Amino acid sequence: MRTPLALAISAAALAFSSAALADDPKQGGTVNTIIQPEPPGLVLGMVQNAPTRTVAGNIYEGLLRYTTDLEPMPQLAESWDVSDDGRTYTFHLREDVTWHDGEPFTADDVVFSADVFHRELNPSARAVLQHVESIEATDDHTVVFTLTDPFGPFLISFEAGTFTMVPEHLYADTDFRNNEHNDHPIGTGPFKFANWERGTVIELVKNDDYYEDGLPYLDGVNWHIIPDGGSRAVAFENGTIDVLPSGTVENFDIPRLSAMDNVCMTEEGHEYFSPFAMLWMNNREGPTADKRFRQAVMYAMDREFAKDVLWNGLGNVPLSAFGSNARFQHDGLEPYDHNPERARELLAEMDYNGEEITILPLPYGETWTRWAEAVQQNLREVGINVSTQATDVGGWNQRLGDWDYDLAFTYLYQYGDPALGISRTYLSDNIAKGSPWNNVEGYENERVDELFNEAATAFPDEEREALYSEVQEILHEDVPVGWLMELGFPTLFRCDVQNLVTSGVGVNDGFKDAWLDR
Amino acid sequence: MVYARLILMRLFKAVIVLFLIVIFNFLLIQLAPGDPAAILAGEAGAADQEFLNQLRERFGLDQPMYVQLWRYVSGIAMLDFGYSYRLGVPVFDLIMDRLPATLLLTGTAFVLSLVLGIVAGSMAAARVKKPSGSLIMALALVFYATPLFWVALMSVVVFSVYLGWLPAYGLYTVGAGHTGFALVLDVATHLILPATTLALFFMAIYTRMTRTSMLDAAQQDFVKTARAKGLKPSVIQRRHILRNALLPIITLAGLQAGQMVGGAILTETVFAWPGIGRLMFEALQQRDYNLLLGIFFFSAALVIVFNILTDLVYRLADPRIKGAS
Repeated sequence: MRTPLALAISAAALAFSSAALADDPKQGGTVNTIIQPEPPGLVLGMVQNAPTRTVAGNIYEGLLRYTTDLEPMPQLAESWDVSDDGRTYTFHLREDVTWHDGEPFTADDVVFSADVFHRELNPSARAVLQHVESIEATDDHTVVFTLTDPFGPFLISFEAGTFTMVPEHLYADTDFRNNEHNDHPIGTGPFKFANWERGTVIELVKNDDYYEDGLPYLDGVNWHIIPDGGSRAVAFENGTIDVLPSGTVENFDIPRLSAMDNVCMTEEGHEYFSPFAMLWMNNREGPTADKRFRQAVMYAMDREFAKDVLWNGLGNVPLSAFGSNARFQHDGLEPYDHNPERARELLAEMDYNGEEITILPLPYGETWTRWAEAVQQNLREVGINVSTQATDVGGWNQRLGDWDYDLAFTYLYQYGDPALGISRTYLSDNIAKGSPWNNVEGYENERVDELFNEAATAFPDEEREALYSEVQEILHEDVPVGWLMELGFPTLFRCDVQNLVTSGVGVNDGFKDAWLDR
Repeated sequence: MVYARLILMRLFKAVIVLFLIVIFNFLLIQLAPGDPAAILAGEAGAADQEFLNQLRERFGLDQPMYVQLWRYVSGIAMLDFGYSYRLGVPVFDLIMDRLPATLLLTGTAFVLSLVLGIVAGSMAAARVKKPSGSLIMALALVFYATPLFWVALMSVVVFSVYLGWLPAYGLYTVGAGHTGFALVLDVATHLILPATTLALFFMAIYTRMTRTSMLDAAQQDFVKTARAKGLKPSVIQRRHILRNALLPIITLAGLQAGQMVGGAILTETVFAWPGIGRLMFEALQQRDYNLLLGIFFFSAALVIVFNILTDLVYRLADPRIKGAS
């Protein structure tokens, strides 16, 4: 394993080489894109949902950025050191950064953001901050984080959407949620907030005082708000829209749109989130409480078919609980391939009596409904008596929060490290009613708890790798949930939009480097 | 004087009805599964218990239901509609912000359907048993029976994608920076497709109703008298038959007008028209109760207002109706 410093060097080298290869970028022009659904607000950290990240990732920044291989790149921090015991991280900040209102960005902003703002408001940051003992500004441009233990994923937590830097001079000692600046977010990013016509458009304009020379190239970005998927496809088709971020049109529209002239497609830019689609299986009651039944479900599902037909061949069928973009994936496990014969054997072995079970599809559009139908058909083929139940988002949340389901679709972000995005699904102390985002399946295994907890703070990485390998073997055997797919979310764009995706969070911070070849 | 008393009586009743509607809506909404905090947390993709508790406390959802109801009703009594959970903006501001776009759309559709419907219906009544009359009625039947969303999508495909004549969505051209007359023209072009789509269904109803009602009136004795007097057929048609055929049309127009605030959900969604209908639909999906109840309140108030207006218009159209019947 390479040291963080080596990572920083290689990241810098990568950034340099890609800059050298590009044509001479042209200045100017406005890109029209889509935001779906309309975000509830634009202050990152206060609101963390996907549309907010996508728009506000261009207004706000974090200390670091990440390559598509999830290696850290300098952003507001130009360099960083890690102590030998993995417990002290020192960030050296850029000295030429100002907020959009002209105030200088300093170490005090970092301390305020991390220690006060995020501790109070932000659940994803809180999960990291519980490993942080103290945060100190040693001078105006140096911040030292001292950890209680060598928390493995610490360096991957500084992405703008998770650890946004917010201006202390506007937020300190205020009621954050009712702060008057929430309507007009002030960040350090390449674009400034200009206007939000509710229900119609969010407009960002170029930050002329941006600290990176020559950036950004674009004059602005307009995020159109169009509530109907068909209408969004039409808007792209007739040329009004230049960029369709992933998830803004139904999958079945993608082959048609990507076949048009001057339309390019990329799957890059989701490595940090790497959405992992899963099938919750209720481990508490009913046939799904039996491990053999859950294994039978895995063998019964034709996951490659779903990938090819429903997801246009994009994405990746995982071996087990760890996806390819999370670290420490164990690749020696025997895959659960499509094997209806084996599924029937397992069901016979457990004397499955034909008890009826239900599937809840994810209420996020047509693709998910069809996917549930495909799984239903697979399960019926091996003799499982199953039907689907439609819900809306509110109903789906409630059913899962109350554990009132047999099988249910979901997808979760992996956040580049098992301790951030994966362990939460299997740890037994993460079982709690009322939320669909914890250990909803009710899996309890002491050894798994031990291994995950130890691995999160083991040091160095070789230690973590051994622990995570063992945990994957146990999970692979127990099948607490069904592992469906690491989703491939394509971004469609006019080919003359250059340099659109330059990081592991894709279009969330990509307009910084983008330019129009028109 | 009679009118003033009538209006006062009706307004008094309206307040009671509105009060009952508020309570009923509040209770009804509790039946929907899921709560706004869980949905906001869900969109964030990650949430701990603390986050959910913070939200529920902020929204007042941690209180017993009767406390929530009391807070809401006493708020309404002071004309305070509360804050939208999701957007953190006063509900009243949100509604006022979206109301002009919706009224522009539904108002245009209302006038369009009423005028064209009555004209087409009168023509069909005058041409009964002629091919042209049958053609009008056949068209009306088609518009009546075709689902709104299908008409909307097809009109986009034909006029925006295929012919490229009209914009596919939105209220104005984003980024064009039009002002003054150019802006009016821009909005008007954007209005054509959604307003026509919305108007077609009611136009069909008005056409059918006008025709039937006029054929009915044409059988009456006073029409024979008018004819015997030697009046011109066109005058009889307009002054005697049409005027007497108007009552059912006014009833229907009152109903349609009552739907002007919340009646365009589908059209607004397909055409990305930034109006109340979309706001309502999104509020429903997000379980944004305050916002949803606020919109319900405005819709209900509008229905009541138009009911009163309809009653008054009856009296203008037909002076034989008197008193507060």
